[in-house]
Amino acid sequence: MSFLSQGSDWDFELLARYDEAIADIAHNKYGLDTYPNQIEVISSEQMMDAYSSVGMPVGYNHWSFGKQFVEVEGRYRRGQMGLAYEIVINSDPCIAYLMEENSIAMQALVIAHASYGHNSFFKNNYLFKTWTDASSIIDYLVFARNYIAECEMRHGVTAVEETLDSCHALMNYGVDRYKRPSPISAVEEKRRQREREESLQKQVSELWRTFPQLQPATQRREEDGTFPAEPQENLLYFIEKNAPLLKPWQREIIRIVRKMAQYFYPQRQTKVMNEGWACLWHYTLLNDLYDKGLVTDGFMLEFLQNHSQVIYQPPFTAPFYSGMNPYALGFNMFQDIRRICENPDDEDREWFPEIAGSNWVETVKFAMESFKDESFIQQFLSPKLIRYFKFFQIDDDDHNDYVEVAAIHNEQGYRKVRDALAEQYNLSIQEPNIQIVRANIHGDRALTLRHQRSSSRPLDDDSAREVLRHLHRLWQFDVHLESVENGSVVSHHSMPPEPAPTVSS
Amino acid sequence: MSYIIDRRLNDKRKSTVNRQRFLRRYRKHIREAVNDAVNRRSIQDMEQGERINIPRKDLSEPIFHHGPGGQRSIVHPGNKEFHPGDRIMRPEGGGGQGSGDGQASDQGEGDDAFAFEIDKQEFLNFLFEDLELPNLIKRHLEGAQTFQTKHGGIVSQGMPAKINIVRSMRQASMRRRALTAATRRRIRDFKAEREELLQKDQSPQRQARLQELDEQIAKLERRLDRIPFLDTVDLRFNHHVKVPVPVSRAVMFCIMDVSGSMNQDMKDLAKRFFLLLYLFLQRNYEKIEVVFIRHHTSAKEVDEEEFFYSRETGGTIVSSALKLTRDIINERYPVAEWNIYAAQASDGDNWNDDSPACAKLIEEELLPKLQYFSYVEVMPRAHQALWDHYQSIMEKHPTAFSMAQIDEPGEIYPVFRHLFKKRMEDA
Repeated sequence: MSFLSQGSDWDFELLARYDEAIADIAHNKYGLDTYPNQIEVISSEQMMDAYSSVGMPVGYNHWSFGKQFVEVEGRYRRGQMGLAYEIVINSDPCIAYLMEENSIAMQALVIAHASYGHNSFFKNNYLFKTWTDASSIIDYLVFARNYIAECEMRHGVTAVEETLDSCHALMNYGVDRYKRPSPISAVEEKRRQREREESLQKQVSELWRTFPQLQPATQRREEDGTFPAEPQENLLYFIEKNAPLLKPWQREIIRIVRKMAQYFYPQRQTKVMNEGWACLWHYTLLNDLYDKGLVTDGFMLEFLQNHSQVIYQPPFTAPFYSGMNPYALGFNMFQDIRRICENPDDEDREWFPEIAGSNWVETVKFAMESFKDESFIQQFLSPKLIRYFKFFQIDDDDHNDYVEVAAIHNEQGYRKVRDALAEQYNLSIQEPNIQIVRANIHGDRALTLRHQRSSSRPLDDDSAREVLRHLHRLWQFDVHLESVENGSVVSHHSMPPEPAPTVSS
Repeated sequence: MSYIIDRRLNDKRKSTVNRQRFLRRYRKHIREAVNDAVNRRSIQDMEQGERINIPRKDLSEPIFHHGPGGQRSIVHPGNKEFHPGDRIMRPEGGGGQGSGDGQASDQGEGDDAFAFEIDKQEFLNFLFEDLELPNLIKRHLEGAQTFQTKHGGIVSQGMPAKINIVRSMRQASMRRRALTAATRRRIRDFKAEREELLQKDQSPQRQARLQELDEQIAKLERRLDRIPFLDTVDLRFNHHVKVPVPVSRAVMFCIMDVSGSMNQDMKDLAKRFFLLLYLFLQRNYEKIEVVFIRHHTSAKEVDEEEFFYSRETGGTIVSSALKLTRDIINERYPVAEWNIYAAQASDGDNWNDDSPACAKLIEEELLPKLQYFSYVEVMPRAHQALWDHYQSIMEKHPTAFSMAQIDEPGEIYPVFRHLFKKRMEDA
């Protein structure tokens, strides 16, 4: 076998040769299951564009994307940051961007990382399988963009922008966590959208009817007058369906933002796994290329240097420490699973009897397919890795004027550290638990939200107030937010603010 | 199966709309920064971008998140010295070490200002916001006496010296091909037929046909020969047009009243007016000099800094500045070599007996030398004697003299346009 290339230059033919060589190993040797790949070569400017639209290849227009662009552009021009080597989109075919400035070693790394690593993760992880629909996302994005552009033409840029601002503030509370959303399809959306506009308004008007005798028997109101019957965690969904005064196009925009939130929700829950998986494969695949004698030593050196930068975990004492590096944790965990399968020691046999000594490819695939960050760490973080990272757990209680080291990387601490680290990736604990408990449909139409405090952690008041302002803009009647701890209300926000008798818009 | 696509030629400015939306949303901040920049910068330094800082809190996109407080456990990597049960005093200010912004900032230092750059065009747009800076293209201005010969395409008429040989030959070649195509095709057909006949056994009929063919071919070839190799209709000539070029040098006199009655606001108004004039001239001339003359009872040539920002008190004698202008022109700016513009800003105050003298000075001594004299009054009040006298000049010299009153920044551009309208339309 001769080298695929010498030197660092690349051309399209060479990219195709590398892609073919990588695909051969990925599919035939390891049996990775991927969507077809669409590899797009772009310039750094286009990369900045892609960056600032949070990786959506087609995005609707909004100032917040402009803000991101301006920031990325400024920092890039001043040399404060390099651009990411790659952006990959969960779509079918799976779109990955390569930057033209990169050398062939980097391009090969990105192809292996994005087009085979991330790609197979998107296709096989249960969250992505359940919550996203890779084949229709691009069409849907185009639909959303056109719809919002049309709204801007009909109702003015400012009105649309305000609605979007409010939706974005609540975006994290626009996802269904437990039931599978219906698949999205642009054609279907368009067809149903008009229909929905009409019927939705009718339905809402029905709910807010003031003459009880005219109500149809099948009313959603509960006997004791509480509505909704059960607390609602999907705030945007509730508003879309029930806000009394929203225009049909505003409900449609809420729906679009909801769909976006839903689409990105699995990515937020699998950062460590997704990146770890992609790093595992670029590392494995490129090493295989080297073993087959297809790439040069220089290629490997450049690759390894970049690889070790990507998976570097600074200790907490480093001035640039900013929490766990998901690449480092994920990559090391997958590598560790492989080690446990291939060379288990007694500790591993004790901790992981079911996987020690098994086929490593099957095992990492199983791990990738069936978990999210929280459960993945809970399941697979080994004592060896805890020692490797020298993890320690700090307990911070605001009743004390000190923080306490609760556990370190020793026999007594492994499980505690592992539990605590897993919790750190549990979105439902990291995000305040806020649900809609009551819409006062008989009275002043006020909406009440309940924040269930866990571990006495309060909300950040300033931002909560701002978000309530946005919620109030959508609901258009009084909005209350109460924080509840041990069954009693400990703090309370209202919009418009309680003591002020006047209604501000 | 993979598809590799080159997208580098696709639109690079996908984010333009979003960027504009962003600028629109924060126009208040940007306008402030631009205003600061105007006051800080020199007039001749206006045409560049600016760095804008916006406090980060004004830009935040709020979401529900936890504030400091409560109980939490955090896992960090890199333990060197801690044992279970160790207690570490909380850093000053409370709140614990992981107050939630750990992942928000990936830079070492927390930067609380959001900084970005706007380019020159955007800077000017914000500077003259609502004013719509006109597209000041190069125009023929009065006093532009020199011409430049420029290539003006290819024409079919012209003098022999300007024949464009390549284009003429190409034309001839095209004509020959077009005119001979049918004939050549027929010759080809006849020749083919002749070849065919020659291959076959001879017979009287075939002999006759061959004869006929030879004649036809000879006839057609003669016809071909008659088509001229080069005809007069083929000739193409380089065309040159004379484009008037403005005299490349201009001098701009900024004359401002700095007597006690002019406050800083008025001066800022005046500064913007001078600035517009400067930008306008800059687009028309290669080299511009600016002369700053300020006056109260006596006039003085000063630098820009002093012109706009030093304080003076006292009465007002406008003619002193006009005289100084005249003297400087005579001394340094010969009319033949310079386009001379003068712009005067004042609050309208003048020592009464001086106004007729001013009018006379402008009419007799300055206007013959100037391209244009513009006068703005930066004071919202009743006009005084100076205005009346100037009015009479304007009536007599409508193309070279103009005047207007400005009350607030928003009016500057309309007034400017009004003042320079004739110029732009005459061209």
